[in-house]
Amino acid sequence: AKNADFPGARAPYTGEIKFLDENSYEPIPIYRVLDNNGKAADKSHEPVLDREALRHMYKTMTQLNQMDKILYESQRQGRISFYMTNYGEEGIHIGSAAALDPKDLVYAQYREVGVLLYRGMTVQELVDQCYGNHRDPGKGRQMPVHYGCKRRSVVTISSPLGTQMPQAVGSAYAYKRRAGNENCVICYFGEGAASEGDAHAAFNFAATLSCPIVFLCRNNGYAISTPSNEQYRGDGIAARGPAMGLRTLRVDGTDTLAVYNAVKQARHIAVSENKPILVEAMCYRVGHHSTSDDSSAYRSLDEIAKWTKDESPIQKMKLYLEQKGHWDDKADNEWLKEARNNVLLSIQEAEKQKKPNWREMLEDVYYDMPPRIHLCTT
Amino acid sequence: MNSLVRRSYFLTKVVKNVNDCAKRFSSHFIYYPDQHKPDDGQTTKMNMMQAINNAMDLTLSSDPTALLFGEDVAFGGVFRCALGLQEKYGKDRVFNTPLCEQGIAGFGIGLAAAGATAIAEIQFADYIFPAFDQLVNEAAKARYRSGGQWDCGALTVRAPCGAVGHGGLYHSQSPEAFFAHAPGLKVVVPRGPIAAKGLLLSCIREPDPCIFLEPKILYRSATEEVPNIDYMLPLGKAQILREGDALTMIAWGTQVHVLLEVAEMASEKLGVHCEVIDLMSILPWDEETVCNSVKKTGRVLISHEAPLTCGFGAEIAATIQEECFLHLEAPVTRVTGWDAPFPHVFEPYYLPDKWRCYHALTQLINY
Repeated sequence: AKNADFPGARAPYTGEIKFLDENSYEPIPIYRVLDNNGKAADKSHEPVLDREALRHMYKTMTQLNQMDKILYESQRQGRISFYMTNYGEEGIHIGSAAALDPKDLVYAQYREVGVLLYRGMTVQELVDQCYGNHRDPGKGRQMPVHYGCKRRSVVTISSPLGTQMPQAVGSAYAYKRRAGNENCVICYFGEGAASEGDAHAAFNFAATLSCPIVFLCRNNGYAISTPSNEQYRGDGIAARGPAMGLRTLRVDGTDTLAVYNAVKQARHIAVSENKPILVEAMCYRVGHHSTSDDSSAYRSLDEIAKWTKDESPIQKMKLYLEQKGHWDDKADNEWLKEARNNVLLSIQEAEKQKKPNWREMLEDVYYDMPPRIHLCTT
Repeated sequence: MNSLVRRSYFLTKVVKNVNDCAKRFSSHFIYYPDQHKPDDGQTTKMNMMQAINNAMDLTLSSDPTALLFGEDVAFGGVFRCALGLQEKYGKDRVFNTPLCEQGIAGFGIGLAAAGATAIAEIQFADYIFPAFDQLVNEAAKARYRSGGQWDCGALTVRAPCGAVGHGGLYHSQSPEAFFAHAPGLKVVVPRGPIAAKGLLLSCIREPDPCIFLEPKILYRSATEEVPNIDYMLPLGKAQILREGDALTMIAWGTQVHVLLEVAEMASEKLGVHCEVIDLMSILPWDEETVCNSVKKTGRVLISHEAPLTCGFGAEIAATIQEECFLHLEAPVTRVTGWDAPFPHVFEPYYLPDKWRCYHALTQLINY
């Protein structure tokens, strides 16, 4: 039928009153490559990654896991003030990071430290930030896990949720205008943060201003204690994508290879067409929200157990590597020991370091220190 | 023919009557053109809107990364400040955004972080509050929290502010004090075209995020001979517009002109000479100029359109009593808007006009 002439939408008239709701559309399916046994159902979807690349991905996931275990304990012992683990979401970090160009700009929420590890940030650098010692480039000003690294194109994390989203769009617009641009911006956020007004702003600005950005939503089912059915009533975050003019894909976030394929294609579209993409990675937050949270207060241990065994991204990746002949139990044991030592030695080293000079408390508020602040340092 | 003439005479009388009796209150100040010429070269007569346009034009032509965006800026802006700039610099450099202030501010922060010069427009300062989180938690803290690795110093947020005669609650506000409490931001208010051009160019090039509040009543009513060259006025510096020894009067934006008139009245009626200071930068502010003046005069009157309680006058007053305690001959006095939302038909009674300021002045002199 011919569309009506209203400027606000291209649509035909209808004689029928038909309200649409969340059930008016089929739920958006979840793209996966590996099953729970680490087998690729469709070989043609196995990414072209060599033995070393795949091993590196797995080793980074497990290094992250070891770091989480030890730093979580170190918080419990009162050595660091705060920590947030990444259990169950390692596949999203490593799958997406591997699909990106190292120069693509990363805006993260706080549960994406695997991306930084994959970018080459050392365990020592991360631990130094958590201890806020003088080697922390952030000068010990922010809480633990608020990492950032200009050299590796990772924008420093801040606590306010969703704020990074319209910022990432602005950076993507700046990238688009650079001559011969070959990079995009990736913006990570949780499904809870997607309820913030900034998320709406970001999707809309990215679409109307045609920005080369990949929005990657980690939908892990919970925002602290709030389950996703108290967060939204539509078909997750992905269903908002097409409504805002974003190309959208939903992916199994426990499947590192599926995330890799999704982000690889998303980044290609973003860079070559200056189009924003939304990827919703379904996963489960296996750990507590943070060290200040006991998640058994609002969910059952049985529920958690399912996701630590059958649906573990690390386990799936390990089974895949074993089937390929790239990995075995011996290599695994040796590596886990090494990964554990990396963290323990880093903690010993970080604890030896002094805190920054107290004057750093007043530096960097402005580019130049105004007289009133300067007065406080003398 | 005769009746036609009579009818038109009658109509003229009606219109005249309407103009005489029901004239809407529209201006509470006399504009005092700038005596401070930052440059002796060629000038062009401009109102404040044109001076701001000129500053942005110079920026866009000299800085290829510079971008101008906001609601309705593409066609020139609702106050015409961006007039002709999209035609001149292209749709990718001067463009409309969706109607969303938190998005505009966040987008600007991201542009600046990625190396672009971002000039964001918030249509009215009254509508900057949805962007408060982005400006206070993000823009202000970006450099500090990253240890200087990241910053958004290339961001300038422009917003029309202040009374306009009939703006009511949401087209009249002066929100500078809200932002003055946010370390990391710079907050600037110009008093006219020459100051606006120089201060805006400074804000745009300053390596810190700036909030540039433009008193909208001056856009067309303030006209001056503005230097054609690209010049900057220093941030964090006040200007003494009129020297005196009896009393120090401090204001910014439109209120500067109210105080200049009050100083004139004091000179004519009382024979006293008042020093008038335009603070220009709210954050960081020029304590030195203010305190030196108060130490000389011993009396001080601070005036702003924004409400009294926790207005920026409170910060100035507290600093003065701390720094100039032994020099003060009378209590530090503030003449400001009332602690109420900005009203529509009551605007003439709400504003700290010349009579309220003059009354406070006489009390200060006679204390």
